[in-house]
Amino acid sequence: MIWETVRLALRSVRRNALRSFLTLLGIVIGVAAVIAMLTIGSGTTAKVKADISQLGSNLLIVRAGRPPAPGSGPQQTIRALGEKEVAALTAHLEGVRAVSPASQKQVRVVFGTESLTSSITGTDNAYLDARDWKVASGRPFSESEVRGGINVCLIGETVRQQFFGAGDPDGAAIRVGRMSCKVIGLLEPKGYSGFGQDQDNVVLMPLSAFQRRIAGNRDIETIYVAADDTTPTQVVQTRIEDIMRDTRRVTADREDDFSVRDMTQVADAMASATATMTGMLGAVAGVSLLVGGIGIMNIMLVSVTERTREIGIRLAIGAHEKHILVQFLVEATVLSLLGGLIGIAIGLALAGAASLALSIPFAPSLAVVLLAVGFSALIGMVFGFFPALRGARLDPIEALRHE
Amino acid sequence: MGRAPLIVFDKVWKTYGQGEAEVRALAGIDLEIGQGEFVAIMGPSGSGKSTAMNIVGCLDTPTSGRYGFMGTDAGRLDRNRRAALRNLYIGFVFQGYNLLPRTTAAENVELPLIYRGVSAHERRALAMKALAEVGLEGREHHTPAELSGGQQQRVAIARAIVTRPTLLVADEPTGNLDTARSHEIMQLLTRLNGEYGLTIVMVTHEADIAVYAGRTIAFRDGHVASDTQKIEAA
Repeated sequence: MIWETVRLALRSVRRNALRSFLTLLGIVIGVAAVIAMLTIGSGTTAKVKADISQLGSNLLIVRAGRPPAPGSGPQQTIRALGEKEVAALTAHLEGVRAVSPASQKQVRVVFGTESLTSSITGTDNAYLDARDWKVASGRPFSESEVRGGINVCLIGETVRQQFFGAGDPDGAAIRVGRMSCKVIGLLEPKGYSGFGQDQDNVVLMPLSAFQRRIAGNRDIETIYVAADDTTPTQVVQTRIEDIMRDTRRVTADREDDFSVRDMTQVADAMASATATMTGMLGAVAGVSLLVGGIGIMNIMLVSVTERTREIGIRLAIGAHEKHILVQFLVEATVLSLLGGLIGIAIGLALAGAASLALSIPFAPSLAVVLLAVGFSALIGMVFGFFPALRGARLDPIEALRHE
Repeated sequence: MGRAPLIVFDKVWKTYGQGEAEVRALAGIDLEIGQGEFVAIMGPSGSGKSTAMNIVGCLDTPTSGRYGFMGTDAGRLDRNRRAALRNLYIGFVFQGYNLLPRTTAAENVELPLIYRGVSAHERRALAMKALAEVGLEGREHHTPAELSGGQQQRVAIARAIVTRPTLLVADEPTGNLDTARSHEIMQLLTRLNGEYGLTIVMVTHEADIAVYAGRTIAFRDGHVASDTQKIEAA
């Protein structure tokens, strides 16, 4: 009986193909918008997480100066980080894989006739470990190169392409600012970060070489700390703060004059912010579903009026109210379900295209798709109910007289 | 006669509207129609014959008085009970055929069986039989638009008899047909009445159609003006 009714409904939908299609459009657009939003959103969340974990897993970043608080205004003199803090952290911090000092500056790099403004980082081998970065060809710094501040450097993929094309950069001497630097290795490509920064446009050199020839001081901008896999980053953060306070003689009554950022937490916070944004956009798209539902109600009312005579015939030959009710309810549901299915297809296609264009992962969710199917069926039932009831309640005599 | 009457009108009143605007369609009708009778109801428009027919067909209920159908107090039943009664015991034939458009003859005939919950297979078989009975073999898959008026009315009759009803209610069944077609339809109804003992109540305003019925009841101003049995020629 219900299959019979579904067939009847499909036939009636087909009979008024254009009208049915226009009615569907509301649901199609609504469902497509919701599906596209949610799929792109979860792709973005995944991308943000991946980007941040690309900085290095279990990474903590120590910087000089208080953590910026809203409305705190410009800070007074910032006491830079130095050798002392790195030594203390290296000696006393437990549960970590790597501790690495780093300073950074944008500097013009020249090779032959080509030039490029690149991010120059003075650091050591532990930096590669902390940031999960590998040397693709050549070799990392040697112990003596780091200690002696020798003019050697590792270059990123972008720098290689700019200067060497497809060629091998090993052993070439590039000019970084006013110093000459021998390329000893190539870093494996990392791609763009979530903030649109080319992570491969880098030149790494020993910290002391950087301090002497590029920065002109002995400050350390950042200390990267990578926790090992068995120690939670929160625990490591507390230990770092203790050691730092101790080393920098920050008494208990004073605020920290340094900050420790746990990138895992930053990743989580950003991911949850994206998820919230996604949810909100999805909800806005959901409003258009409601509009689609009203469209269905409208067309079902028209359909009931148009088919008053048919309803009269059916009632006269013995249809119960519930038969008529079910017939029109099924028709509305089939209509909106059809719209839902088309909408899902379009929504997924849109999300697929967007993930290609924005280079984020395509992350369709079965739960979201099932939810959309269920929701569109529900819309058909809810908005089809009133017109169906109106049809079912018709007086057979009046209905038969209807022209 | 001895048989219990199929249809009993006991002081049936039907009024529409209220107060000054009140219209009396039926003013205390007393009437009995037996099983197997072929009755023609005649009368000018506004005489109450359509109202009477709607009550006979359990489509409408009296304002007061009692309408008995097959021993039940059909005038007191609710919508859905009357729908069930119609589905089980009553077939309808209308002046305008009232077939579902863009639906084949067989599907039209099957319609009342759907509401009985008959299986698709059995429905098709019964519909074919009913169509054969009205002389429409080979037209099962034609839609109403592809059939002549007379053929459409035959489909409507097939739809009415496919459930093997006790009563057939026909509202001006020949109103839209030419004379030759009209007489064919009347011969078909007469045969159904004779062969199956199908009780027929037919509204018409044409005297040469009414003569096919064994009994003619004339309505005037909500009353029965005359009730005559045809004298069968020997």
